[in-house]
Amino acid sequence: MSYADVAALLPLMIVSATAVFLMIAIAIRRNHKVAVTISLIGLVAALGSLDLAASVLPRQVTSFFILDSYSFLYMAILLSAAAFVLLFAYDYLNCREEHPEELYILVLLATTGAMVLVASRNFASFFLGLELLSVALYAVIAYVRTESISIEAGIKYLVLAASSSSVLLFGLALIYFESGSMELSQFTATATRTAGHANSSLLVTGLMLVLTGVGFKLAVVPFHLWTPDVYEGAPLPVTAFIATVSKGGMFALLLRWFHVSSGHIAGAAGLVLSIIAIASMLTGNLLALRQTNVKRILAYSSIAHMGYLLVALLAGGPLGAAAATYYLAAYLVTILGAFGVMTALSGPRLEAASLDGYRGLFWRKPLVAAAFMTMLLSLAGIPLTAGFLGKFYVLTAGAAESRWVLIFTLIASSTIGLFYYLRIVVVMYARPADAGTIRDVSILPLPLPTTIALAALTGLVFLLGVYPALFWGTIVEVTRNLG
Amino acid sequence: MILPCLILILIIGGVASWIVARRNAVVARWIALVSVLANLVVCVGIWIAHLDQSQSTPDRWFVECNFNWIPQFGIHVHLAIDGLSFALLLLTYFLGIMAVLSSWTEIRERVGFFHFNLLWVLAGITGVFLAVDLFVFYLFWELMLVPMYFLIGIWGHERRIYAATKFFLFTQMSGLLMLIAIIALAVFHHQSTGIFTFDYQQLLETALSPRAARLLMLGFLVAFLVKLPAFPFHTWLPDAHTEAPTAGSVILAGLLLKTGAYGLIRFVLPLFPGPSRELAPIMMTIGVIGILYGAVLAIGQTDLKRLVAYTSVSHMGFVLLGVFAGNQIALEGAVVQMISHGISTGALFILAGLLQERMHTREISAMGGLWETMPALSGAGLVFAMASLGLPGLGDFVGEFLVLLGAYRANVSLTVVATLGLLAATLYGLRFAQSAFQGPNPQHWKLPDMRVREWAMLGLMMIGLVWIGLYPQPVLNTVRPSLTAAAECIPAGNCQEIKR
Repeated sequence: MSYADVAALLPLMIVSATAVFLMIAIAIRRNHKVAVTISLIGLVAALGSLDLAASVLPRQVTSFFILDSYSFLYMAILLSAAAFVLLFAYDYLNCREEHPEELYILVLLATTGAMVLVASRNFASFFLGLELLSVALYAVIAYVRTESISIEAGIKYLVLAASSSSVLLFGLALIYFESGSMELSQFTATATRTAGHANSSLLVTGLMLVLTGVGFKLAVVPFHLWTPDVYEGAPLPVTAFIATVSKGGMFALLLRWFHVSSGHIAGAAGLVLSIIAIASMLTGNLLALRQTNVKRILAYSSIAHMGYLLVALLAGGPLGAAAATYYLAAYLVTILGAFGVMTALSGPRLEAASLDGYRGLFWRKPLVAAAFMTMLLSLAGIPLTAGFLGKFYVLTAGAAESRWVLIFTLIASSTIGLFYYLRIVVVMYARPADAGTIRDVSILPLPLPTTIALAALTGLVFLLGVYPALFWGTIVEVTRNLG
Repeated sequence: MILPCLILILIIGGVASWIVARRNAVVARWIALVSVLANLVVCVGIWIAHLDQSQSTPDRWFVECNFNWIPQFGIHVHLAIDGLSFALLLLTYFLGIMAVLSSWTEIRERVGFFHFNLLWVLAGITGVFLAVDLFVFYLFWELMLVPMYFLIGIWGHERRIYAATKFFLFTQMSGLLMLIAIIALAVFHHQSTGIFTFDYQQLLETALSPRAARLLMLGFLVAFLVKLPAFPFHTWLPDAHTEAPTAGSVILAGLLLKTGAYGLIRFVLPLFPGPSRELAPIMMTIGVIGILYGAVLAIGQTDLKRLVAYTSVSHMGFVLLGVFAGNQIALEGAVVQMISHGISTGALFILAGLLQERMHTREISAMGGLWETMPALSGAGLVFAMASLGLPGLGDFVGEFLVLLGAYRANVSLTVVATLGLLAATLYGLRFAQSAFQGPNPQHWKLPDMRVREWAMLGLMMIGLVWIGLYPQPVLNTVRPSLTAAAECIPAGNCQEIKR
């Protein structure tokens, strides 16, 4: 490996080295504050190294990794998301678990896994990244051992993720058997091949099995069944991590290797992805309607949002990948903010998950409620928020490629989605319940790290919604040459 | 630069009154009042400045401003004002002042947040009337919904959550369809010219296949017909209007409905002349159905606000009829009808608010004989009921008369049927005036009559109605140039059919 190769891999190495370093530090002496500081410094250093390593791009390092501006952009997004998760986790763990430090090691490992996914160009690195992410997640989901619901969620995720990984592995094996190559780039070739040169059935079967594994991680219909339970059971910062880093990393891989810049995804893959997209949009939004737990509502809404992202992926064309990236960034910022508010409102024993807990929030804590409302309106796609411009770009990408069925499903389902976002908003504005039922927790002032993080995220939601020109150019530039 | 100021004044005023209300609610009310008043003054100032220079530069727009916003998609913050927007903005601020005044004693809790929402709705409406970039137009179109949703949902009456959610979903769904149409229009423009733009005047020149034009027009049409509201899409209106607080009802009926009509005149007719011509008979029929349906249902209502809400459906039917009649007279009638309906219906809602504040009921059957205890208020009620039923000499008559005159040239039979709506209007107007104000006073109401503030509100609105009723020429002169631009798009095809 040359110097340039090392430089290009620097972000990945810094994050994993931080994990190791943190492990040693904990062995020497446990200190929550030191642990979170080390992890944050590691993440920030990795972010900084992205800038440093940018000069050697694009670069293929061994046959495993491709490091170009696309992977760096996604790494930056994932690293920032992980940093926000850590900020929320600090306050969350501060008031409950007696050994909170290991969570940071696991989160750093999972982040490394997601970054490997983003940069992988080979079946082996793909699987490596996926497992690194999954195995770390098994442990963090069940991290709060005193909660039986948390343990249940961890086991559920373990069983389902392990089986989906094996399905994925089988799919990869079938493709390797047929083509004799481990390159991920053959996905693009298979997906675009027109009816004239039909793919062999083994190749198609393999591709479908791979999509099953990918779909599981993204939690799209029909592989979504774990989502509400795991979202509900996992500790709030971990839920935020699953919703952002885990899904973001996997989507980056899907977008890179299935994106088609001219024409569109043809044959079985296109059909299956379209069905998945439509089913996810409708199912996610419809099932969210009857929920009374905010974590479950956001779980179902995440299914729908992954559906919207698939619309952008399916649209393809010159705008598709850029629109998907913008939408993903907007969604990650928004959902991080939403879970951040929920973390901030959680007490030492109970998480603020039940819808009733939000009754009259606006009159008790106007600023927190305003931040939460901003996030909900952004998820619903109301103008001046990030979610609206994301949706606008997705619609534009779809219209430019005449994917009318997908677009109309998107419109119909996002109108359904409005119902439950508005329900939360209405509850927040309702007259406060009798003084006796208001929990004492809610009177505590917000801890400083959470306050800063929430302010930054709210600002970002508006920035992405009001002045997209700042980011749009970069995103278009980065996504121009995919694959 | 003056146009963004109109919006900014309201936005800043809203924030200021929210902050100030924590200390002093009365000051917050005054801030709200002063910021709307300032806008009214600025608006009149623009008009006067325009009168001075109009001889030299016969531009399409009095004033316009254009900032680059999202260059990648050719989106500009492009605001412009012409006669039509000017007339409607004047109405907006006039009714805005009335809305602030009418909630002076009605709204007692969360005063700051109330005025914040009120001013932000007005800011959204201002943006809608000013925007000539379709993306920006959509932005404001959506933005006025959220504060309106809060106005209904927080300060409304018994079933406010239901009404607010229904209102939001109806308008949001139709708005999203319009968004698709806007995007598709821009994409088609991009495909034929290679330029991505959302600018109104550039999109006017987009060459569209008849089929595409028809589909795109439907997207716009749905949004505007829901807002108007036209017959099958009107079901949100009675609920929203009834449950909203007085100021909310005034703004809903007086202004939000007008944005639908404005959209038809500003966007649908010029952007899609061909399909507009094709669909004109259907639209006129829908308008006539709305006129009769709204009027007949209004006769049967027992809730005063619900009655007024259904009369709005009926009156907006006239607007739809006028817009699609395809000639200048009907179009001018539609605009006059929009303005006078805004004033007369707004006044009726304020009246209903005053009655509710005093009697704590909106049931007409619980009223009766109010004249003996509140002669002034009852007298005002009679005037506005007469205006609503189209008494000559008051604003609504001019509008309806011009619409019928124009529509008669386009389609005789529909016009004849539409005239029946005036008959039904007499029925509901007189029934309301008779059973609320006249007759015996079975409940033995003893109520205070109008106060100075209430006198000022209703008096000003009465003056406005009488002015439009007796001398509508200034209004017509103001809006005529913009309407000519819209009417030119529909060559008098309908008229020729009649002659044959």
